This record gives sequence, structure tokens and C-alpha cells, in this order.
Amino acid sequence: MDSSRRDSFPSLNAAGASSSFLEFVTQNHPDLLPFRNDLTTGALPVTPHGTTIVALRFRGGVLMAGDRRATMGSLIASRHIEKVFPADRYSVLGIAGTAGIAVDMVRLFQVELEHYEKIEGTLLSLEGKANRLGAMIRANLPLAMQGLSVIPLLAGVENGTDRGRLFSYDVTGGRYEELEHHCVGSGSVFARGALKKLWSPQMAQERAVEVAVEALVDAADDDTATGGPDMIRRLWPVVFVVTKDGARAVPAENLARVAGQIMDRRMQEAREA
Amino acid sequence: MSAQFYVSPEQMMKDRADFARKGIARGKSVVVMSYADGIALVAENVSPTLHKIGEIYDRIGFAAVGKYNEFESLRQAGVRYADVRGYSYDRADVSARGLASVYAQSLGTVFTTEQKPFEVELAVAEVSDAQIHDHIFRINFDGSISEESGYLCMGGQAENVAAKLAELWVPETDIAQALAWAVTALQSPHQAPVADAERTESNAVPLGLGAATLEVAVLERNAKEIRGTHRTFRRLSAADVATFLPSNRQD
Repeated sequence: MDSSRRDSFPSLNAAGASSSFLEFVTQNHPDLLPFRNDLTTGALPVTPHGTTIVALRFRGGVLMAGDRRATMGSLIASRHIEKVFPADRYSVLGIAGTAGIAVDMVRLFQVELEHYEKIEGTLLSLEGKANRLGAMIRANLPLAMQGLSVIPLLAGVENGTDRGRLFSYDVTGGRYEELEHHCVGSGSVFARGALKKLWSPQMAQERAVEVAVEALVDAADDDTATGGPDMIRRLWPVVFVVTKDGARAVPAENLARVAGQIMDRRMQEAREA
Repeated sequence: MSAQFYVSPEQMMKDRADFARKGIARGKSVVVMSYADGIALVAENVSPTLHKIGEIYDRIGFAAVGKYNEFESLRQAGVRYADVRGYSYDRADVSARGLASVYAQSLGTVFTTEQKPFEVELAVAEVSDAQIHDHIFRINFDGSISEESGYLCMGGQAENVAAKLAELWVPETDIAQALAWAVTALQSPHQAPVADAERTESNAVPLGLGAATLEVAVLERNAKEIRGTHRTFRRLSAADVATFLPSNRQD
């Protein structure tokens, strides 16, 4: 029944009712949502989990970086998963937690923002985006209580300005603005420790990339679920910066250089811990 | 209870069609035109916010003439249809053909079953990797649908505008030329027939059509390469439009 409705044309009376894709899908196509409330009881098999995301503000914008590992219990489920995505032109989204739900939630959030923009003819404010994401996380609360939680981070600039802002969430959809930096995921405690020492106000963008990669290296050092830069496979963290000009990924060659410098320095220092 | 007069189905359909045509004829015209690097959608529109042209999906644009509330509800329904489809399947699986046919069904149903038919005419355009693969569909108030090659004109003066474009349009032009043609064609109904004799290429301008009264958007064929986005739709600002107006062109 639902697959036939999926191709049907929306009612013309619904027009103007809502600019939210989430609301429309919840009412008309609930089977498409990543979070459903009809999960049966029973033990859930081990599923892939995404791990560490770091985000920090710098002069002229905000940055978000994620490692590339997904784990399934003690196994590595993926070495090259991506957990940081552009949400729209002026914001990026990173998600830690149950990968299957997280990836779909990112897609849903991207469509939510684009849908609003197309229906209304204008971009949602950054505050508005943060609130929509909170509503989505709250909708996932029943699943979170069964162990399938996802924790996002949202970073962006208000359209056309260069003031980066950063929002963290809890499983109940609670939304908190972070003023300097924030980390989520299993390696977040170690990354946070690194950021406390490395981060400084008014950092330049290049320095911010170095700091974020180093924080992830520290997280990977002590957390088995976080993957460090992989020199053999040439896999680097995914790093996005958002500035006045919009969100863009830091190119792989820059990341290779930054990761290489950190590795060289640590090899020379030859420290144990 | 009073008995209803018998009205033959032919008469009823004709009345409805005449009613819809009259409504559409009151509106200003819209041109949709394919060119080398994309598809241009150009409308005569005095309002900077009540758009006649809109983005539906990555490669699909929408243009309409007629009653604003009616085509706006169709546009929003189209965005919902496309977003649900793209979200449940894949972005690549949203096509103008699919959208045009659901628009046709929807308009056809309204035409036969509702109190009054919609007084609108729609265009759905899809830009593709090469100009010969571009699609421009026209959907009428009664649900009839047709695919036009190269360009399309709708609205009150569609015949005059189309006649002008038929003289001008050739494939593989640049955007400046395409927009200049579109504007020239939209202007043609404004110009009194007597002026025709004295008009030359250089003074063939504006009775009233300036950047402020034009709504222009393009679907850019190479948006991915140029702007790094999967969304090809871009609305041109009044300043951009001014540079393309025939009166401001150097040649």
C-alpha cells in the first residue's frame, strides 16, 4: 500500500499547510522515516556505530571533522564511512551513534532544509535549522531508549555572515549552543582533552584544520572505536569548513599533509603516552 | 426542489474550457527556452516575491501562468512529490516526465470534477547533459500534456510571443543571446503593429519591460562543475537581468 502511495501526487489542499518535509512525511509516508515507534521487543543484533566527531569555531567560520571508522562491537564495520555532511550551503552536520539511523537522518535533514527553501523561497535561519534537528532527534527517542541512539552536531554560519555557531544535542532533542568547541562519540573525551589545550580564540582556518585532525589523532590513540589517519590506505578524516562563502570539504591533499606533519612530529618526539 | 436544466457534456466541457482560457488570457506571458548551457525561464512579473517560476528538484524547473493561488498549490505539491520520490528512491530517479504526468492527471481531475477548472497553464523543464536531451513539457488546464522542442511560450499573448521566437530561436546559443531573445519575444505583444516598420534591431526595446518587471531563472547544465552543487536552478538578480536586456547589450 505504501509503495503505491509514495508515487501518488500530494493533495492540492495540503499546499500551504506546512513547509516541513518531516511533518509531511510523518503524516503521509511514515514508513519512510528512519525512526519508527513500532519496534518489537527482543535483543537487537550488534549494528555498526559511528564514532568521534569534533567541531570548533575559528576566525571567520566553524569547522567539523569526523574520523572514518564504524565499529560493530569489537569489529571494524567500515574504514571509510563518512559521518560529516553538508546539510545545506551554510551548515554542516555530523552524527555519532547507530550508523544505519544516523545516515538516513542526515538525508532526511538535508531534504528538510532544501524542502523549506524551495517551498518558502528563502533559507531557514541557523537557529531554525538547529530547532528542526532537535525535533528530529526527539522523534528518535523511542529508538534511543532501545539502544539505537544518534547524537548529532550542527555547525554553520548565519546566511551571509562569518560568525560560526555550533549546536550540540542530547537524545531527548535538547539543544545547546557551544561557544568554543565540542565533541561527540566514543572518542570524544580524549578529543575534548586535546581541544582544551590546542584550541584558542581567533584561530585561523589552517590552524583550525590542524587542531581538529590532531584531536582526532588523540582520540584514535586511546579509543579503539575511533580510526586515526590511515597512511597505508591513504584515508584521512572528513573535514568541512563553513565560512561566509558556504560549506566546503577540505581537500584530501591538505589533510594528507596535516596528518603527515602530526605523525612526523610524534615520531620524532618518540613519546610513549 | 427545482429541476436542473439539461446541459450536454460537450457544452459543459466547452464552457469550462472557455472559462479557463479567459482566465489564462488575462495573465502575462512566460517563456521557457533551452540554450547551450541550460534552460532559461523568463516571466513578465511585476512582483519580486510572488514568483511564477520555481525550483522543483535538482534538474527540474517550473513555470506557470494564470491564477497565483492555483499554480502555487500545484508548485508546492510538485516539490512535495519530487522530494518524497527523491528521498525514498534516489535523486536521479526524479524526472520531469513523471512530474508532468502527475500534474496532467491532477489538472485533468480538477477540470472534470471540481466546481471550476484551474485557470493555469504549466511548464515543467528538465535540463540534461546535452541540449538535445533537454525536456520541456506543457500542461494545460484540462490536463492535456505536450512536449515542446527548444522553447515554449504560455500566457495571454502566447501566440505573438511564440511567433517572434519562431523567427529568432536556434539551438546552441549562449545565455545572453537566449535571454535577449526571450525578452524581445515577451516585448513583442507590447509594441503597436504600426511601429513595426520603423523598428530596427537597436531600438527594439522596452515598452515597460525592464529588470524590475522580469523574473528570470536558469537551470544550469554544468552546475555541478561550476558551483559544486546538484541543484541546477538559479534565480538571477535584477542586476544580472539588467546586463542581459537587449537595450544594454553592446552588439
